[in-house]
Amino acid sequence: MAASAKLASFEQAVMPHFDAAYNLARWLTRSAADADDVVQEAYLRAFTFHESFRGGDARAWLLSIVRNTCYTWLRKNRPYELMAELDESLPIAVETTTPETLHLRRADVESVREALEKLPAEFREVLVLREMEGLSYKEIADASGLAIGTVMSRLSRARGRLHDCLSTPAVKEHGLKEKG
Amino acid sequence: MTCTETQVFIDAFIDGELDLARSLELERHLEICAACSALSESHKAVHNALGHPELRHAAPAGLQKRIHGALASAAGEEARRSQPAKPGWFRAPWFPAAVGALAGLAVLVLVLRLAPAADPVERELVDSHIRSLMPNHLIDVVSTDQHTVKPWFAGRLDFSPPVKDLAPDGFPLIGGRLDYVDRHSAAVIVYKRNQHVINVFVWPVTSGDSAARVRADQGYNLIEMIHAGMEYWIVSDLNATELRQFADTLTK
Repeated sequence: MAASAKLASFEQAVMPHFDAAYNLARWLTRSAADADDVVQEAYLRAFTFHESFRGGDARAWLLSIVRNTCYTWLRKNRPYELMAELDESLPIAVETTTPETLHLRRADVESVREALEKLPAEFREVLVLREMEGLSYKEIADASGLAIGTVMSRLSRARGRLHDCLSTPAVKEHGLKEKG
Repeated sequence: MTCTETQVFIDAFIDGELDLARSLELERHLEICAACSALSESHKAVHNALGHPELRHAAPAGLQKRIHGALASAAGEEARRSQPAKPGWFRAPWFPAAVGALAGLAVLVLVLRLAPAADPVERELVDSHIRSLMPNHLIDVVSTDQHTVKPWFAGRLDFSPPVKDLAPDGFPLIGGRLDYVDRHSAAVIVYKRNQHVINVFVWPVTSGDSAARVRADQGYNLIEMIHAGMEYWIVSDLNATELRQFADTLTK
């Protein structure tokens, strides 16, 4: 049967990247329940467009659909999270720190997770694709539709920002406590 | 290697995306520059911290099965339907994004007309020029033939950048690529003068022609001008006189 053959070839191409798809959706939505729905939605969309996929890198293709589905979802449900203070034109700041770097080495997984969740979605996206999924700059560019140069500068800013967040945990905790 | 170049390349270096020659230059710079060395350490620390396997979320058990079920029913539905589907692009996940981007572009064009070109753009262009010298980044379409380069842009931009063959004038065309400058898409047409790479950034504007203005930034020369509805930024380490000559030839 044509339909089941089509489904089989589709699943063969994209199911190996299921974990990568889920991880990206989970980090972008920051919610387990929402990630489930977004991944399912993304797979259904990917299936619809499967015929337009002309071979090549199935992972980058799938991840581009997942990230687009995530952004559509975020735009609809949490528009305030997008492009928050994300200014690509700012020059990269030079950090001049050594004690804080030492602190970061000792930072536990939980504080890294918290700091990453606080970054704007666009920064989270490049960090997840690069650091957790191990995509090359070219692959990230393909998945995100950004120029390679933009990938590089965004990654650089994201790392700088995350480093700053992890370097001043006392200030952050204090601020949060005051609020609560 | 300068501090500016080091800051641009440091992440590519950490990620193993920088070519050997430049990596060696960068390493030499890190040995003598405490500020860049601290920057490198901090970005490396983030890189290492994020590599922790516990940070990667595992999909819940059963989700894959649930999605398989949803796909199977979608496939069944598709098989039953004999009519062709609605245009795919309309339902595409990127469609709202595309509409948003176009609206954003319209606003930008307005803003750009009001505000004079500021230094951040210049800085961005020089950074982009420096990055373009990285391996595999300089050119997306490699061709000395304008009739290859021009159509390549056609499917990727909503405007048609001018692509000329200036080889007879001593500025051979070597290709083109897409870039993102000042928050909008730009065509970059790449020429050469001897061993100097010349990046020509182009995007459409609505203002009238303006004469070429030469600036210098971090040892690079920049020429900004508006000609026939296009904003041009020409960036190169070529000397200002020859770059000026190139600009005149380009708009002749």
